[in-house]
Amino acid sequence: MANSWRRERWESLRLLTPNWQSRLPGHRYSGPDPDGYMTAGEVVELIDRFAAVSRAPVRTGTNVTSVRAVDGGYHVTTSRGEIRCRTVVVASGACNLPAVPPISQAVPASVEQLTPFDYHSPGKLPDGGVLVVGASATGVQLASELRRSGRRVLLSVGEHVRLPRTYRGRDVLWWMDASGVWDQRYDEVDDLTRARRLPSPQLVGTPERSTLDLNALTASGVELVGRWAAVRDGSALFSGGLRNVFSLADLKMDRLLGTFDEWAKEQGRDAEVDPPERFAPTRVPDSTRLRLDLASGEIRAIVWATGFRPDYRWLDVPVVDAKGHLRHDGGAVDSPGLYALGLPVLRRRRSTFIHGIEDDAREVIAHLAGRLAARG
Amino acid sequence: MTTVDNGVNVQALLDARKALAGAPEAAQFTWRASAKWQNGVHSTTTVRNFFGLGAEQAHKSEAVFDADHPEVFAAEDNGITPIEYLLVGLASCLTAGVASVAQNRGIQLRSVESTVEGQHDIRGILGVDSDVRNGFNDVKVTFKIDADASPQDIEALVAQSQKRSAVFDALTNPTNVTVEVAAA
Repeated sequence: MANSWRRERWESLRLLTPNWQSRLPGHRYSGPDPDGYMTAGEVVELIDRFAAVSRAPVRTGTNVTSVRAVDGGYHVTTSRGEIRCRTVVVASGACNLPAVPPISQAVPASVEQLTPFDYHSPGKLPDGGVLVVGASATGVQLASELRRSGRRVLLSVGEHVRLPRTYRGRDVLWWMDASGVWDQRYDEVDDLTRARRLPSPQLVGTPERSTLDLNALTASGVELVGRWAAVRDGSALFSGGLRNVFSLADLKMDRLLGTFDEWAKEQGRDAEVDPPERFAPTRVPDSTRLRLDLASGEIRAIVWATGFRPDYRWLDVPVVDAKGHLRHDGGAVDSPGLYALGLPVLRRRRSTFIHGIEDDAREVIAHLAGRLAARG
Repeated sequence: MTTVDNGVNVQALLDARKALAGAPEAAQFTWRASAKWQNGVHSTTTVRNFFGLGAEQAHKSEAVFDADHPEVFAAEDNGITPIEYLLVGLASCLTAGVASVAQNRGIQLRSVESTVEGQHDIRGILGVDSDVRNGFNDVKVTFKIDADASPQDIEALVAQSQKRSAVFDALTNPTNVTVEVAAA
């Protein structure tokens, strides 16, 4: 249970959502720190507790090795026996494996390469500089803690989502929740493919509730470089388009904050929050380097914070597209009786958050129950 | 609401996007140019045919471009320098992007002007200093746009046009280039 949180993430990781938001059906946070962020260990406890209280018939320590369609349902093979069932709900998540780009194969062996699955803490890396690739939540968090450990850190930045930790005195995720941004349904989103691929926002859960954007990283001494485009003659070549990925993220953030302001005004809630604020644009370094000699010893390790992908190797049903994603319509997978939960924008923008499961589950299970009833 | 018309057939582009999502092979294009040495550092390059949508295609008419170097390079200046063609490519690509994105976002443009400056240390190409690169050190594009939109929306147009620009990508990211001599 909660295996990813238990074994597959780094030591300092905390939830990005504040405690009060981490609700599960029938369970609300009642501890002393509603605005804090749970550590990975606390998330494990939350899930363990929920499993116990809900008395769900969980079979722990059981790997599903195959699911295949058979007459009238599915045949599931596990490490502890076979199961026949009429329907299956796939809730294995979107982040089962680290996604590492093919250029990693061109990195010389003298540089150690890690994914977020191998990375535990700065002390476990070889001495020397580190190149962190990717500036979503994982990348900014790891770059920040590696820099604090006294290392030289380069961060390769592509398109990203910038957010302040707090806005007008409230957690930015309070705004996402309250203003209804997260309620937007999958069938109302303009470009659903894009929405489902959106990288995680540059956020970190810390007791100080501090913002961890690129300006904060620059101020701490992290060197920003463009998206890693290629390896040539033993050197990493970075994109010269850094300025535009900054502009795109700044503009998008300002638009989002604008929708928050509009919502607060329309709903007459301006009085309960601080006045509107805007943040300094992302500072463009005086000069960004386009090339890094990987064999020079300037960096000794690379951390690939280039995202995660789902693992459906066990799913012997032809419902996975060429990009490795499940073909489904709001959780009803493209094979009768097969369902999904807990994927990005499965039914609404909040689908992948802990508190996003409740409404999704209700609707998906209603569909599933309807199917069972119809088949008698 | 008045109809926005920047002269871009966005519907055709959106249709193409949809059609090509399921037919990646049809999206493979080959652009071609043929150059011929004239005299000195003067050459002419001709562009007419290309390949795309699974078939040979042709422009309505052939275009011929003279490239040379200015008199300060002790040349005859029969045309612009090759590296200036990169500026032409970048400016025209970004401008096309601005018009397309504006059309798609319902923004009426009145005028779009830009200047492109490439900073170039010619000690590189002259071999004066091997630490100096041959190409541009920096390229700067400045847009002046008059449109029915807020300054933020105009910024966003320009940002999106860079995001979807072929030439911006070709200039900011490395590309494999193979140069061969054909058998005589």
